[in-house]
Amino acid sequence: MTKAQDLLLKSARWKPWEYALWLLALAAPWLLSSHALIINEIAIVALFALSLDLILGYTGIVSLGHAAFFGMGAYSAALFAKLVMPDPLVGLLVALLASAVLGAICSATILRGSDLTRLMVTLGAGLILMELANQFDWLTGGADGLQGVVMGPLLGRFEFDLSGRTAACYSLGVLLLVFVLARHFVNSPFGATLKAIRDNRLRAMAIGIPVSRHLAVVYTAAAALAGAAGALLAQTTGFASLDVFEFHRSADVMLILVIGGAGWLYGGVIGAIVFKLMQDAISSITPEYWTFWIGLFLVLLVLVGRERLIRPWTWWGRA
Amino acid sequence: MLTILFDGIAYGMLLFILAVGLAVTMGLMNFINLAHGAFAMAGGYITVLLMQKMGVPFLLCLPLAFLGPALLGAVLERTLYRPLYHKPHLDQVLFSIGLTFMAVASADYFIGSSQQLVQLPEWLKGRTEFGEGNWMLGMGHYRLFIIALCAALTLALQYVLTKTRFGSRLRAAVDDQRVAAGLGINVNAVFLGTFAVGSGLAGLGGALGAEVLGLDPSFPLKYMIYFLIVVAVGGTSSITGPLLAALLLGIADVAGKYYIPKLGGFIVYSLMIGILVWRPQGLFVRRGGK
Amino acid sequence: MTDAVLSAQNLVMRFGGITATNKVTLDLRKGARHALIGPNGAGKTTLINLLTGVLQPTEGAISLDGQDITRLAPYQRVRRGLVRTFQINQLFDTLTPLQTLAMTLSQQQGLGGKWWQALGARRDVTERCEQLLEQFHLSAVMDQQTRVLAYGKRRLLEIAIALACEPRVLLLDEPVAGVPAGEREELLQTVAALPAEVSILLIEHDMDLVFSFATRMTVLVNGTVLVEGEPAEIAKDSRVKAVYLGHGDEINDAIAVAGAGASSTAGPPQGGTAPSGGSAAPALSASADPGAVASVGAHTDA
Repeated sequence: MTKAQDLLLKSARWKPWEYALWLLALAAPWLLSSHALIINEIAIVALFALSLDLILGYTGIVSLGHAAFFGMGAYSAALFAKLVMPDPLVGLLVALLASAVLGAICSATILRGSDLTRLMVTLGAGLILMELANQFDWLTGGADGLQGVVMGPLLGRFEFDLSGRTAACYSLGVLLLVFVLARHFVNSPFGATLKAIRDNRLRAMAIGIPVSRHLAVVYTAAAALAGAAGALLAQTTGFASLDVFEFHRSADVMLILVIGGAGWLYGGVIGAIVFKLMQDAISSITPEYWTFWIGLFLVLLVLVGRERLIRPWTWWGRA
Repeated sequence: MLTILFDGIAYGMLLFILAVGLAVTMGLMNFINLAHGAFAMAGGYITVLLMQKMGVPFLLCLPLAFLGPALLGAVLERTLYRPLYHKPHLDQVLFSIGLTFMAVASADYFIGSSQQLVQLPEWLKGRTEFGEGNWMLGMGHYRLFIIALCAALTLALQYVLTKTRFGSRLRAAVDDQRVAAGLGINVNAVFLGTFAVGSGLAGLGGALGAEVLGLDPSFPLKYMIYFLIVVAVGGTSSITGPLLAALLLGIADVAGKYYIPKLGGFIVYSLMIGILVWRPQGLFVRRGGK
Repeated sequence: MTDAVLSAQNLVMRFGGITATNKVTLDLRKGARHALIGPNGAGKTTLINLLTGVLQPTEGAISLDGQDITRLAPYQRVRRGLVRTFQINQLFDTLTPLQTLAMTLSQQQGLGGKWWQALGARRDVTERCEQLLEQFHLSAVMDQQTRVLAYGKRRLLEIAIALACEPRVLLLDEPVAGVPAGEREELLQTVAALPAEVSILLIEHDMDLVFSFATRMTVLVNGTVLVEGEPAEIAKDSRVKAVYLGHGDEINDAIAVAGAGASSTAGPPQGGTAPSGGSAAPALSASADPGAVASVGAHTDA
């Protein structure tokens, strides 16, 4: 194998620490069985952040409305379980599809315009969905939310129990699967074109990359994955409410991604772990002030410099 | 119907005063400041607290609702915002969301989360009506006051922009910052002044709007999108653009909520998305402008 | 033109009140080594932007291989072999030269849409990468992020990317701008060594380079074609000298001629383009400065 080929493939290869991390993660529901519920939450949030990483970290699109797809997935899965069939995996697929369709439609809106325009449009999409969910309360339960979503057993065998272990395994499994796919995706030629679009859209066009088409594809994929995360939430908690569409969710997931570092896939995972643990710790002391501390953290983060925080590999000039 | 038009215009003028500072600072510093609504909220709370705790009359509160946020804006611009002008937009978004969160949480902690009620002076309550039936024009006196005040402010702003030296320095700095600095214009001072005035106007808008829009700690987040719509649709290269956009938005929102209450807010957001997809640079940008 | 690969017909570009490009007609023959020169602000980069689709012309048409491409998006033109470089480096700062070239080559081979295979999986792609890196002296830095590279290397990468697109028509916008004297020769040699079938349009200010490279030249002034022809004739043309050296009456006359919208050819008449008004010629040649003639003529005598 030539040196060039080796260098290119190096970043696509799994490192030992990655195997270790995932083995630990998968074992967590047994090793830390009393914390299965929070493990489940972390996995769901990590998946949500991963989906945002595809568009924010790899393609450079600032989206303030990513919760729209999360919510779409949540309600699709919940309604599907209630009205059609309670199988979790089929419901997950349905949610994936529904969110993908929504993402494809929305992708038409983010292709043109400046950063501000895109911000507005993504924000608007999130708010529209919230309004719609609110208005169609005969279907969605409105402000009360959709209750009583009872899931059937996973793979026909594993019941969702109160301890949350099945839920945690389910979410972790989905997260791992998506992660593996995403890893291939970002190290492929397509993934490289996304980074090119992020770095210099003009030049990307000038080397023959169909920018709009690639943006539409990645946005749709990210929407589908966000929808999957939302579906997991609805399925594992048995409940879907309007707060899945709230601006707070979009802002939080962006913060999570930024904490862990956008553009390297693990950012979402690490950010999710840090964020959830911090939230747990701080909420038990001062629940109302969580928003304040998050705000302060964001302000300090930007003033100090996003890149200088928790991204040690960038200290050595790796791509 | 005419009443709806009237209410829509009042709402639109209010939105304009609230958002004009954001439009100008965005055009000037190219800084996406999502915390603009926090200054509006500050003005609203200053008014409410002065009236409730110290019995200050409403009209006197208004200039204070301008000055307080203006001062706050000046301090923040100099200390926090200035180092961030050249950072990528994502950083600016994160920063201003952070500030907003801090403001919202502080308001919640110190003042409480309930809606604040403003006791309008007697001469502002009441309503005058002309005509009848569908063509009746019902003008609430407070809304009339809002329209009058905002119109006066708009004219004043336009005068400052076009007829004063500060205005021409501001317009030069908006067009090309480097060249303006090269001509000896103190760009930092222009930024500071503009940001302060913009925040002050937001504060004034917040005070005026407390009765119409409501005032509680979630105000900045709730109305942020409206301000951004005014800026995105109206463009940042003039103040007539945002004015027209604000009027359009105000009338559309009031009319939408009246005629199709089920989908009121939905209409505004869809309209915005439609406009931005069709004309990403905004509806009212002059040819060759930003 | 019978064998024009790239042809622009009467292109006009207006920005508000400014006419940046005024009825420009340019034909690039197959295998051309064609230079586009003119003073700063003449509209050369605007013309390139029009040809590549970054700008849509107000009037006029562009065709590639006889097919109209005026309405095609930039990436579609690249697919058909029309590639350009940028005067100011437009690179991908977080990618390494190796990744940049691998991606460009993959895109070129139609693999840009492949999302499963890894970027370095294809042997032919990586071999061509190594070839290009070697050719442009980038092998030593191939694994460093573009943003840490020195200017000279960045410039080389800029050109290498264009070559990775396997161009049939290559538009080079001041390729040696900012490159130290020693490396310019190398760079131009690499460009000159391109297969004869590749048609090249070169914008440059370095006249030594232009005259050693070009077999045909177009002079652009104020958005209009002043004159087009073989380098030797262009060098002797007094209007061109006037435009560059600026001798009072001559520069005004030259601009007046250009502004009238007429374009002329110094070589045999091609048909369809009328020669400029006769009054201009005597005024220019009569007051030509012998000193100026000697210094411009020196280029071709070297």
